[in-house]
Amino acid sequence: MDNIILEAKGINKYFHDPNTIQVLNNISFSVQKGEFVSVTGKSGCGKSTLLYILSTMDTDYEGELKIHNLLMRDKSEAELARVRNEEIGFVFQFHYLLNEFNVIKNVMLPGLKLGKYTEQEVEHNALEKLKILGIESEALKLPNQLSGGQKQRVAIARALINNPLLIMGDEPTGNLDKKNSELVFDIFQELAESYQQSLLIVTHDQEFASKTQRTIVMEDGKIIADSKN
Amino acid sequence: MKLKLIASISVSLLMARWRQTLVAAIGVTFSITMFIALLSFMGGLNKLLDGLVVNRTPHVRIYKEVKPTLVQPIDKSANFAESYNFVHSVKPKNERLDVLNSAAIIRALKQDKRVMGVAPKVITQVYYNVGSVDLMGVINGIDVEAEAKLFTFSDYVIAGNYIDLKNTPNSIVLGKGVAEKMLVQVGDIIQITSSKGQMVKLKVVGIFQSGLQEIDKVNSYSSLHTAQKIMGESNSFLTDIQVKLNDINLAPEMAKEFQALYGVDAIDIQTANSQFETGSFIRTLISYVVGITLLIVAGFGIYNILNMMIYEKMDSIAILKATGFSGSDVNRVFISIALSIGLFGGILGLIFGFGLSAIIGQIPFNTSALPTVKTYPIEYNLYFYLVAIVFSTVTTYFAGYLPARKASKIDPVVIIRGK
Repeated sequence: MDNIILEAKGINKYFHDPNTIQVLNNISFSVQKGEFVSVTGKSGCGKSTLLYILSTMDTDYEGELKIHNLLMRDKSEAELARVRNEEIGFVFQFHYLLNEFNVIKNVMLPGLKLGKYTEQEVEHNALEKLKILGIESEALKLPNQLSGGQKQRVAIARALINNPLLIMGDEPTGNLDKKNSELVFDIFQELAESYQQSLLIVTHDQEFASKTQRTIVMEDGKIIADSKN
Repeated sequence: MKLKLIASISVSLLMARWRQTLVAAIGVTFSITMFIALLSFMGGLNKLLDGLVVNRTPHVRIYKEVKPTLVQPIDKSANFAESYNFVHSVKPKNERLDVLNSAAIIRALKQDKRVMGVAPKVITQVYYNVGSVDLMGVINGIDVEAEAKLFTFSDYVIAGNYIDLKNTPNSIVLGKGVAEKMLVQVGDIIQITSSKGQMVKLKVVGIFQSGLQEIDKVNSYSSLHTAQKIMGESNSFLTDIQVKLNDINLAPEMAKEFQALYGVDAIDIQTANSQFETGSFIRTLISYVVGITLLIVAGFGIYNILNMMIYEKMDSIAILKATGFSGSDVNRVFISIALSIGLFGGILGLIFGFGLSAIIGQIPFNTSALPTVKTYPIEYNLYFYLVAIVFSTVTTYFAGYLPARKASKIDPVVIIRGK
């Protein structure tokens, strides 16, 4: 049981605008350390909504969310920000790099915010992560000088900088061509296998989902299948 | 560490929109420049106008007023102590017009630590004889050196040398208006008739211009001794003792004290010239109001640029929040952007303001009222600069406050889902 890093219990979520609609219905599941989980389902089934609740960014829900056995409800906005900073790494469909900073600075930002290490150490770590992802040669370029696949890899490096408990991805390959999608998948795979990194990836790409260790299928706000591949 | 991080994010956001940022900063610079120039100019003007009166007016003037005795003999009678006494048509006694025991008073005043200096004076009514016409006039007998030192007498002597008044016996410095009416110049001899009917010949050694025409048309200066001679009085005869204090604010209190202590009449400068203080106050108020209005306008500029920046950088703010920056971190980023625009613009404004007031100070300004003033008056006062920088910082803080709060409240989920 100690290996459970994320646990959701009976999560309900409603949208109130314009009419009250239930988008998540009694969602319960947990993620073990080192697991590579994908959440899949049709567009509008609530999988992204679930991810944002699990990521602590969306706090308007019913039910219990525990990260590292700590209940997330009742935590202040600043405490949740700290949890996101330290425990969760994000990869979005769009890379969301800050164009004002170069690649290495983008990767360093969450590390500097954490403030656990000195700037030199954070820079060293950032370079390590870029090396894992094979883009250390681009470290001093600006994001808009990179290709789409490279940008997404920088975003993954940024997600890794604080050695998070869990990496969350919202359609991380949604904007990429087949070749780059495979590249990103291989990176995730390697992180899960070589570094025991837990991953929770939301995707509608069935092929991607089928290659992960475990797939959760959602429909109309409910989990309809949860199986190991 | 954290401050440095926030600073570096602020700087990069600033640099991303440096043109608009510069325009906002220029707005602050412009308003601070005008604020400084306006206050310096108004301050200079105030000093000049106050100087017209304050520099020439004793802080406390001790004199003898001709008035009926307050306590009538009947009030002293024990028989009528309980009664209300009516005495009609009381007249002043025929008393001497000089300050009694003046030598002792001057000696005591000179030892008083609050007193900067003492200048005795004899004021007497005369007639200037111009052919068959007699012009009304007043001769002020002064201690030339004390008057020059305490009341900048020398500044107002526009022809001749003021010190000749002391060195030449029976000499006079005529008011400009009087001299014009009598058609005399420095070196001429004029004749006057004293209030007691005595005719005296005096040599004109100078002409003075005070800037107040009414004074220049009537007044003249002579040495104490000459004035006493014209009046036919001894050399202890003084009608006024002028006192200049180290701290002008003590004047009302000290006037009362002298009145009680020496049994004389004393009036302080604040009571005698209250209208000047009101004028200065209003002028200062107007310059502050104009300056602050300019700053508020600049504040709206900053508000606009920050709002625009927030709309543009919505994605960046969202990702910062998603990766663990809290609302207050984002708030600090935008507040520090606003403050740095304010500080940068403000400091430039101080420099330009100093420059502008220095330029104004070089513009020729000749007025017959003020013989010593050749250029526009400027007051250089560190206080104005302090007020300006504090105002600019405070205004920009408030201009940044609302946009920063808005940025801190941005919901990353809404932004990221919207893509």
